[in-house]
Order: sequence, then structure tokens, then C-alpha cells
Amino acid sequence: MSSGSGSSRVPRRGFLAVGAALTAVVTLSACGAKTDAAGSSSDKAAKIDVSGDTVKVGLLNSLSGTMAISEVTVRDSLKLAIDEINASGGVLGKKIKPISEDGASDWPTFAEKAQKLIKEDGVAATFGCWTSASRKAVKPVFEKNKSLLFYPVQYEGLEQSPYIFYTGATTNQQIVPALDYLKSKGLKKLYLVGSDYVFPRTANKEIKAYAKANGMTILGEDYAPLGSTEFSTIANKVKASKADAVFNTLNGDSNVAFFKEYKSAGLTAKSMPVVSVSIAEEEVKSIGTQYLAGQLTAWNYYQTTTGAANAKFVKAYKAKYGQDKPTSDPMEAAYTSVYLWKAMVEKAKSFDPEKVKAASDGITFDAPEGTVTVDGATQHVYKTARIGEIGTDGQIKEVWNSGKPVKPDPFLKGYSWASGLS
Amino acid sequence: MNVLKGRSARAWAGFAGAAVVLFAIAPLALSDFRLGLLAKYLCTAMVAVGICLAWGRGGLLTLGQGVFFGLGGYAMAMHLKIADAGPGNLPDFMQLYGTATELPWWWKPFENPLFALAATVLLPMAVAALLGLFIFRRRVKGAYFAILSQALAAALAIWLVGQQATTGGTNGLTDIQGFFGYSLDDPVNQRLVYFVIAAALLLLMAIARQLINSRYGELLVAVRDSEERVRFLGYDPANVKLVAYVVAAGMAGLAGALFVPAVGIISPALIGIVPSIEFVIGAAVGGRASLVGAVLGAVAVAWAKTALSEEFPAAWTYFQGLLFIVALAFLPGGLASLAVLVRRRRKASPAQQTAAVPLGEAA
Repeated sequence: MSSGSGSSRVPRRGFLAVGAALTAVVTLSACGAKTDAAGSSSDKAAKIDVSGDTVKVGLLNSLSGTMAISEVTVRDSLKLAIDEINASGGVLGKKIKPISEDGASDWPTFAEKAQKLIKEDGVAATFGCWTSASRKAVKPVFEKNKSLLFYPVQYEGLEQSPYIFYTGATTNQQIVPALDYLKSKGLKKLYLVGSDYVFPRTANKEIKAYAKANGMTILGEDYAPLGSTEFSTIANKVKASKADAVFNTLNGDSNVAFFKEYKSAGLTAKSMPVVSVSIAEEEVKSIGTQYLAGQLTAWNYYQTTTGAANAKFVKAYKAKYGQDKPTSDPMEAAYTSVYLWKAMVEKAKSFDPEKVKAASDGITFDAPEGTVTVDGATQHVYKTARIGEIGTDGQIKEVWNSGKPVKPDPFLKGYSWASGLS
Repeated sequence: MNVLKGRSARAWAGFAGAAVVLFAIAPLALSDFRLGLLAKYLCTAMVAVGICLAWGRGGLLTLGQGVFFGLGGYAMAMHLKIADAGPGNLPDFMQLYGTATELPWWWKPFENPLFALAATVLLPMAVAALLGLFIFRRRVKGAYFAILSQALAAALAIWLVGQQATTGGTNGLTDIQGFFGYSLDDPVNQRLVYFVIAAALLLLMAIARQLINSRYGELLVAVRDSEERVRFLGYDPANVKLVAYVVAAGMAGLAGALFVPAVGIISPALIGIVPSIEFVIGAAVGGRASLVGAVLGAVAVAWAKTALSEEFPAAWTYFQGLLFIVALAFLPGGLASLAVLVRRRRKASPAQQTAAVPLGEAA
């Protein structure tokens, strides 16, 4: 405490001067655009770094947290596609340089990392996100910076951002065909079980609207928190309801507990089949085929899907990441999304997002799931719907498909029963 | 006397220095993106100021600050969403997920900007006051208080997720376009938001410093170190704790409110158990009993989270864990105690140190 009393005044004066300067700075900076200012956004597009012989793309996936188990496989699949493209000469003569960021299963972190990829790294496009919540968090970031996101996972529809390409299924390419399938089999009394977040709640709203218009009844609707493992009550309620089938929108670990309780309640795939929309090959492995054999899933791709493109994809994936690693629908959609972007860029002859978007309509790719086509109006993709039955070997066997790729209809405009939904 | 004057001079110099760094150096040295991140870190630092007061000084292990941060954040975001939608329209997510054709009754007051602004601070304070009255009067303390705080954070997060039609569910409130008429799209306005946050942080630090140095501050430390003795001296420890708890809640509420325009999102993921613990850890690493320590600790931990996760996308959580273990195992008083240790080494006259080492191990 040796500082004398004399020194106490100097800093105070200094502080006042600083304060005055700050007031000036703040006043000066207080003249930004108002919300209603029109046409102020022309020069805000993010700068894409195309210097040198590489072009950067962002990979935005959860590499830690509860979603990591699923999203890491998507990241691996994206890298496979990038490696393949680089090996065959890259895009517009430039090699793709992936920059991977961890969204950490935390939605605001996704938004932060998206900003970093766009503003600091100058990526030409970003691939990733899994949960709807993470997509909703990054959507304004991509829109404000006029940068592109390729989103590879099936989702609940009712969205169409001008800066997002949706390469997974929307509702009418997955959930509606699954309901059609149940109806055709005479399974008309349904019980809905889902995780408590946006996708299941919105999907169930759509399912209820469908049921009402198609003479089906919904006997019950239950939600469990994400990550919950307590399902004895729900399994008993399902059993007591005497439903024909269960529509399952549970995500992640909860499926393990749910199917165990389902079996111990005495319910089987014969007595009351479960249709799941979030269980793919990777999840089948972790839940166990003793609980899942005979149950149904709805996707657009299975590892068993026939065709040369898929044989090549499965072989390349296993060669790179291990023979025991299965391939799944979101992985396939992610892999496909990189090739679709490449085709759009080559058609546009530019990495500029606006030109890429303009070139997107009608772009096709011979994907592992079959030929997919980009619908420029919705920025979704024509996809074939497939219902599969889980086998004892952990593979999913297709039991029905839509025959041809289904036109994406994210707002379900072509379905009269859905008129009140959006 | 001399000691007090010296302290006050150093504090003024510190404030002036912090102001120069925050208002002049940082905006010049950092890109818009990094400045935006700094704004986010400063919000966690504002929560840490409250934690320093309630935990560091009052011994209340506030493991549920996410609740107050969330209340402030949602109060602000609700107003901004209503303003974005424009008069007569519902916020975008309500049109998507809801069935209602007009605003729910509990959203209506937030249409008024003044009500919303006041609510960002007063609502958390009111909740804390109500809760504190029950908790402290019943002499709930220590681990029980901490568990109660955690339970509340979990409960609020779960409730928000369940009310998708009116709260946006897990998505939270996102895509916020404007801030009281100013477009958040514009980098100039983003910068303004940063300045507001920096000014608010300094203001909260000044308030906390005033409280800590007052007679009340002495009493608070006394309650932390020996509640029974304070009771026998004729004070009611419940009231003393209540004030610290309520003030800390108000600070967390303001932080949450300013977080919304800075980051553009508020969601249940920001207010549950994990973020509540992260708030406390920042303060603990820096030194919970020292105002400067807690603030710098909060900023440093948040910064390290970004930096490590950018360098090592897959492994950064391990680094984060390691950082906490090292800090807490070898420096239980936080990084702030490092400065005191060094000073003590140099001076080697222990008699003078008692006033400068305010740290107790009470938790």
C-alpha cells in the first residue's frame, strides 16, 4: 500500500478523459441501419477465399456431446466424398480443403462456429448440422451472410431457407409414405412416442392431421426428455392402449431403453409393430437386434439398397473407416450433398452462392440411394421413399419403396389434410 | 486511511485501464466476428460478478444462475420477437408450431419495450427474492442450497422445452433481427451492442465493488465465515444472504438480456444444469472472492473454450476438463490468488497481508 495519496487523483482524471472519449465513440457508432432500412444488405455477402489452388468448405458437426455418436459418422462420410472429389481433380480446378468445427451438441455453439467458418475462414459452403434445433440456430447466420449450408438429415419440414439446401427427406418423403404403408396394411390405431423436442412434436402434429383425414385413430401421445432412459410407464401405457402399431420419433439413447421395456412388456413386432424414423444401421448396432428384429423403419436409403453406386460407396466407406462400420441414410445424404454442390458449382462456373443457387435446379447425381434431383424452387431433393424391416443380422431389408423419387413438398401443400399446419 | 486511499486509487486506475481495453483497444484490434465473441464472453463475466458477490463473498454456492440468465434472456428475446413480427403478427415460430391465433396472455406485456427492459432485471430479482425468502428463512444452506438451485435450473429448462408452441421448445427463440429498431444485421449496430455490454459490465463491477467495500460487504463475509456468530450479534443472516442472492440474480438477468442481441439466440440449452455449472467454473478458475479474478476467469474460460475448440475440434472438451482440474487442484483460490501469492513472496511481511487476502474456503 505504498502508493501515496497524491497518485489517487491522476487516474481519476484519466478515467474522466477516457469516459469522454468513449461517449464520443459510442455516439459515433450509434448510426447503424434501422430494421426497416431497405436495400442495405447488398455488400454484406461473405467473402469466399478462393486464393491459391484450394477452396475451403466447412464441416459443422457435433464431435462431442450427446449427438457426437451420430454426427461423427456424417463428418466421416463428408470427408470421404471430399477425398474422392480431390482425387479426381477437385472442383473448378481447385482442391477442396475441409475445415471441421465442433458444434458440441450445443445450439448456440453451432451458431458461433458457423459465423467463424463464414467470416474468418471464408468457406464456399458448409456441410452439416443434425438436429432441427441446431439448424434453426445457424439458419439466420447463413441468411445474414448469404452463405450456403447443405443439411443432410431428414427433418420435420415446414422450412425453406434461401441459403439452405436440404438433402435429407422432408415429411412427404418419409413420414407420409410410412403412414400410407401402415394404412395399406390395415394398421389404423396408432400410438405416438417421441423425444421431447421440435422434430417429434412437429412430426406428431402432422401425423395427427393425417390420421384425422384418413380414418386412423391416435390412441396416445407421449414424450420423453432427450436422453431419458425411463420407459416402463410409457411401455405399459402403449400395451394397455391395444394399438395396432407405434409410431416412434425417439432419438438417440432413449431408443435402447424404450425397446428393452417394449420387449419386457411382452410386445413384439408381430403383436404391435413399431415404425421408427430415427433408427438407422448405426443405431441398430447399438440397440441390439434381439430387441429390434422384425420392426420397421422409414428412410430413403439402406446399406442394402441395390445398385452400383451404393456398392461403390459402401466399399469405399468400409475401406477408409473399417469393415465393421455400417453406412446409413444421413451419411448417404451427406455424401451426396458434396457431389451435388460440386455439380452446381461446375454448372455455375463459380463459387458465388447466388450463382450456385441459380444453377441448382435440375442438378442430378447418381447417388447410392439412386438418382437424386435438386428441386430449385424448394432447394430440397427428389428422393425415393423406402420402408425397411430390421433383420437379425443388423441390416435393414427393404419391404416397400415409392417406385420413383418423390417430389419434395416441405410445406405439404399438395395434401389437403395439412392445410391447417402452416 | 492511507491503505483505503491507495486501494481506491488502484481501483480507479483499474477501471480506467479496463475501459481503455474494452472501448478502444479491443474494437480496433479485433475483427467484427471476434468482437462479437468478446461481447458474448463479457455476458458470462457479468454473471460472474454476481457469483463473486453471492458465492465468493456470501458463501452461497449459486449453481442455478442459468435460471436468472434465462429469465432475463427470454424477457428480452420475447420483446424482440414481437417487435420483429410487427404489430398484429405472431412471432414466426408460433405460426409454425402453435395453434393460437393471438399472443398468449403472458406474452402480451412484453410487447411494451419498457416493461420488457424492466422485466429483464426485475423478474429474476423477484424470483430470487421469493425463493430466497423460503430458502434462507428455513436456514437451508450448503449442499442443499446448491442442489435446490440446480433442480430449479433443470425444471425451468424442461418446462421451456415442453411448451414448444409458446416458447419455441428446444430451438429457443432464434433469428432475432432487430434491437429496438436497429437492425442487428449491420456490423455497426453489432458494435454498438458490444459497447453497451462492456459499459454494463463495468457498471456492474462498480456496483459490486461498492457493495463489497460497504458495511454490508463486511457483514456478508461475516455471514459466510460464521453465520451463528452474526446471528448472536443481533443481525439476521437470512436478510444479508437474501440481498446478495437477489443482486446476483439481477446481474445474471441483465447478462442474459444483453446476450440475446449479441448472439441472436436464447434457448433452454443456455439455462439448464450444464451452463449453470459453467458460469460457476469461470468464476472459480479466476478466483471467486476477487471481483477482478472472477471476471477475468469467466472471460478466460469462455475464450479458452472457443480457442481450444477451433484448434482441436474433437478433443477440446478434454482440455477444458484438464484446465479446471489443474486450476482447482493447485490454485483453489483461483488465478487471483496467484497474484496475492507472488506479492506475498516479494514482500515477505505477513502482517500486512490479512486485509488483502479475502478468501475463505466456505462454500
